[in-house]
Amino acid sequence: MEYTILILLLPFLSFLFLGLAGKWLSHRASGMIGTAVLAVITILSYCTAYEYFTADRCADGAYATLVPYNMTWLPLGNLNFDLGILLDPISVMMLIVITTVSFMVHIYSFGYMKGERGFQRYYAFLSLFTMSMLGLVVATNIFQMYLFWELVGVSSYLLIGFYYTLPAAVAASKKAFIVTRFADLGFLIGILIFGYYTGSFSFDFVNNLQMADGTTPFIPCAIDKAVAAGGFIIPTALTLMFIGGAGKSAMFPLHIWLPDAMEGPTPVSALIHAATMVVAGVYQVARLFPLWVTYAQDWMPVIIWVGVFTAFYAASVACAQSDIKRVLAFSTISQIAFMMVALGVCTEITTGHEHEGSIGYMASMFHLFTHAMFKACLFLGAGCIIHAVHSNEMEAMGGLRKYLPVTHVTFLISCLAISGIPFFSGFSSKDEIITACMAYNPAVGYIMTAIAAMTAFYMFRLYYGIFWGTENRKLHEEHTPHEESIMTMPLVVLSIITVGVGVYTTLAGFGMFEGYSFGSLISADGHDYRIHFDTSVASLSTVIAICSILLATYIFKGETQPVADKMYAAAPRLHCWAYKRFYMDEVYQFITHRIIFAHVSRPIAWFDRHVIDGFFNFLAWGTHALSFNIRTLQSGRVQQYALVFLIGVLILILMIL
Amino acid sequence: MDYSQFLYMHDEISLIAVIVILFLADLFLCGDRKSGTVSKALSLLPVGLLALQTAYIASALLCPCGDGMSEAFGGMYQNTPVMTLVKVVLNVGTIIVFLMADSWMKRPENQIKVGEFYMLTLSTLLGMYYMISSGHFLMFFIGLELASIPMTALIAYTKNNQESAEAAAKYILTALFSSGLLLYGISLVYGTCGTMYFDELAAKFSPADTLQLAALVLFISGIGFKISLVPFHLWTADTYQGAPTTVTGYLSVISKGAAAFVLFTILVKVFQPMVEQWNTIMLWIIIFSITVANLFAVRQNNIKRFMAFSAISQAGYLVLGVMGGTAQGMTSLVYYLFVYMVANLGVFLIINVTEQNSGKINISDYNGFYQSNPKLSFIMTLCLFSLAGIPPFAGFFSKFFIFMAAFNAGFPVLVFIALVNTVISLYYYLLIVKAMYIVKNDAPIAPFRSDCYTKTAIAVCALGVVLGGIVSCIYGYIDTLSYGL
Repeated sequence: MEYTILILLLPFLSFLFLGLAGKWLSHRASGMIGTAVLAVITILSYCTAYEYFTADRCADGAYATLVPYNMTWLPLGNLNFDLGILLDPISVMMLIVITTVSFMVHIYSFGYMKGERGFQRYYAFLSLFTMSMLGLVVATNIFQMYLFWELVGVSSYLLIGFYYTLPAAVAASKKAFIVTRFADLGFLIGILIFGYYTGSFSFDFVNNLQMADGTTPFIPCAIDKAVAAGGFIIPTALTLMFIGGAGKSAMFPLHIWLPDAMEGPTPVSALIHAATMVVAGVYQVARLFPLWVTYAQDWMPVIIWVGVFTAFYAASVACAQSDIKRVLAFSTISQIAFMMVALGVCTEITTGHEHEGSIGYMASMFHLFTHAMFKACLFLGAGCIIHAVHSNEMEAMGGLRKYLPVTHVTFLISCLAISGIPFFSGFSSKDEIITACMAYNPAVGYIMTAIAAMTAFYMFRLYYGIFWGTENRKLHEEHTPHEESIMTMPLVVLSIITVGVGVYTTLAGFGMFEGYSFGSLISADGHDYRIHFDTSVASLSTVIAICSILLATYIFKGETQPVADKMYAAAPRLHCWAYKRFYMDEVYQFITHRIIFAHVSRPIAWFDRHVIDGFFNFLAWGTHALSFNIRTLQSGRVQQYALVFLIGVLILILMIL
Repeated sequence: MDYSQFLYMHDEISLIAVIVILFLADLFLCGDRKSGTVSKALSLLPVGLLALQTAYIASALLCPCGDGMSEAFGGMYQNTPVMTLVKVVLNVGTIIVFLMADSWMKRPENQIKVGEFYMLTLSTLLGMYYMISSGHFLMFFIGLELASIPMTALIAYTKNNQESAEAAAKYILTALFSSGLLLYGISLVYGTCGTMYFDELAAKFSPADTLQLAALVLFISGIGFKISLVPFHLWTADTYQGAPTTVTGYLSVISKGAAAFVLFTILVKVFQPMVEQWNTIMLWIIIFSITVANLFAVRQNNIKRFMAFSAISQAGYLVLGVMGGTAQGMTSLVYYLFVYMVANLGVFLIINVTEQNSGKINISDYNGFYQSNPKLSFIMTLCLFSLAGIPPFAGFFSKFFIFMAAFNAGFPVLVFIALVNTVISLYYYLLIVKAMYIVKNDAPIAPFRSDCYTKTAIAVCALGVVLGGIVSCIYGYIDTLSYGL
């Protein structure tokens, strides 16, 4: 499958071409080039997936890990930096997710970005982002992952700050970059610790571990050495890497950049901040999962509780936001936290129906897949709405179902999916997550069920706020909202995927098909895993989701909303706190400005200015003084040159005698 | 006699063929009456022929036969793939210099001596070939002289220019002096060992023999003059300043690179028993070369003189690869040579084209260069960044590898001193960048269009600077060749 290298090369070439030659291309041509390249790599990804999942499996029935391409980039003696492509079930799944969503976003952007200044630049950055993200998921080693991880960060920075004339966009892009970069420091330190003690960056042993059944012949002795050097080394390295992942995946308290990142163009939010980049942290944990389970089992509650708290925090903030993109942003944070929790509650690596401990891994990846599709659909739908009414605020909307029929239906489908209604894709994946949590600890399971109920509530609050309720007639008289077919087409495709996957997996979960389902493609150890719903969990979560939707209907559907007003009046402080995101930004401001800047940075700056600069000024002064004093050496007289030459020779001879 | 042995020298013989063809072409084709197309074709001839010859010798690298080692005339002449590779690198540099020279050659005052320029340059190149492939001290000496004496004529090429003549005089006098010392050293070798074949010498050397140690120092000083290492460097600044810019570019890269490579091979092959002694000598020479050159470079205003000190300091970094004489050192030395060549020639290309168009060669003249010539100043910046060793340019990787080689060979203190000096060198390289971008100037050098030869050469250099490091297979390739030294 050597052609997989094209999946990385083509978008990179397209980035270079559009970036360098974009000035001389028309908007249409550059958009076509970017989209055509994406179409090609999407097809290539599907071919890869088909070929990979239909290929012969290993002797024990697991999917083989393939490395169709690998090169040593920097040979450093015993520790090499490699670049390559690694195919295993999760990386192949990510190829599908990224290329599909990215392709949809490319098409959609034709309509959304029409006539914008810098249209070519936009497509160039999209290509760069796609390339970086694909490079990240197919990385063969942690170092390559880190390399593309940073590239993803850069292209996200470029895209959030796409409207570089708007101060808010510039501030948001800086914030996103600095916060994730700060978290990446943890990632880097973790990588270095790991590489230093194990002598390898490669994921090979990780995958070999997956295949080892009880015995550990594949684990390199280096790891044993690291373990022997102190049981805490690998857990420490993994936890530091998790900090990097938490930054990218916007886990509390490193989530503050994601809501602000909504300043970027909406298709970018759909691609980067909903479907692909933000799940990089989840993917990283999944990639290193065998290490977590084998060596850092005791530290995994960190993942769980960070996830649980983030999910709850984000869901409660989402209930109070009025900017539709921010509601979606917080809902994304909450849903990603679901995936993290699912990984955290996974306690063993062998799968099978009797081992409930390993459902989490499959559930997390499954939710990643379904969430990417319906959340992209929601964001692109939000883009259509913003495009139609030229505002992000819910007050400007209301009653839009007449004007935007296609957006309305697809938005509703995605809302049902994220709420976890049967026959929509979110149901199956969320249900698996809750089952896994219940198996780990019923308390976690019930908390997650409650958060799922909150999800349904705030999503339908959003839905009714946009499509029902009072129409903003004043705004609509100026221009009638309408939708464009090039923008609704991706919505339809994504919602068809959502419904199709939902119907299939729901029926499969109730035992209708004995063929493929998600679990037979992706599971913790690469073996078949048939999804079967735990009836009590499934019925409980469905009932609760429907109740929340009915509650949201009761409160928000009407033209006027007496109940909602009464609720705001009853607890104004709570609403205000949630609306202000529990003052997390202010806390950060306080910590950075009042504490770090005032009490740490200023003394350091003084030290830097007076002591360090002083030293270097002295060095510069000394250099100049010395060079002034030895200038006579370069007199221009050849006889003196010869003399120095000879003296040099004599000194050297005396030195070694 | 078995004449087939000559065939081993196909690298040299093909170069001689190029020289002869150019000589004949110069005699018979370049009359006073020339039509435009003929003259255009003729100006392409040297570059084209040299490119062909480069392709020819490079083809031997692509399909190595046997172990690649060949010997002729009882070991007088030796060739290995890595030597061929160095010759290819030197050839590429010479092609770039030829491209650089084209506009200068078209000037009316140079019209009558165009042929001489190419022939003299290629003669020095031939000398370097023999120097590299020598297996005998006499062979080495002849190669060295062949590389030096035509060089004098090149430096004095603009003979009516007083500075040029002065530079040539200083060069030839110092060269003679160092040749004398070198010859004295060789005579000591012959006197104590009775042979001058490299293969036999290693067994006869002993670190206890005073005369042989003196010979070692004299050898290092003779070749240190070619590489312009401190304290044998004093001619460098005057000569670089006075010589025509094209020749300075050639002098600073090609002849220096060949000599550094030969220093490595002879120290490792011949002076192997005295490894501790030459490590000590090289340690001090390197420290002084890098530091003293940096101290001088800070004060210069003439950009050619500035580049002279930069070249001395770069030479210090280059011979870091010699320390310990490891295979890794050899790889990083050849790699450093390649990377230094593209970056340094890139700078010289821009200095040259600016001088040709405006006649200005002071750093202060470059104030505000970015306003008038943004593309050239951008590429100049890339090349200077590479020389200073800033990632992700090739110079960073070459410095990294050569430091690593010296570190692994057991000289951490030396590496530390070199690192400190890198910071100082960053200062003076950035002075030029600052002049081009930041310093305001009401009358910057007027915008000009460079000729297409220069453009091609600049593009090659810029590409080398940008890709030379990231495309790591270059280093890996050199590594496979230098494995067995």
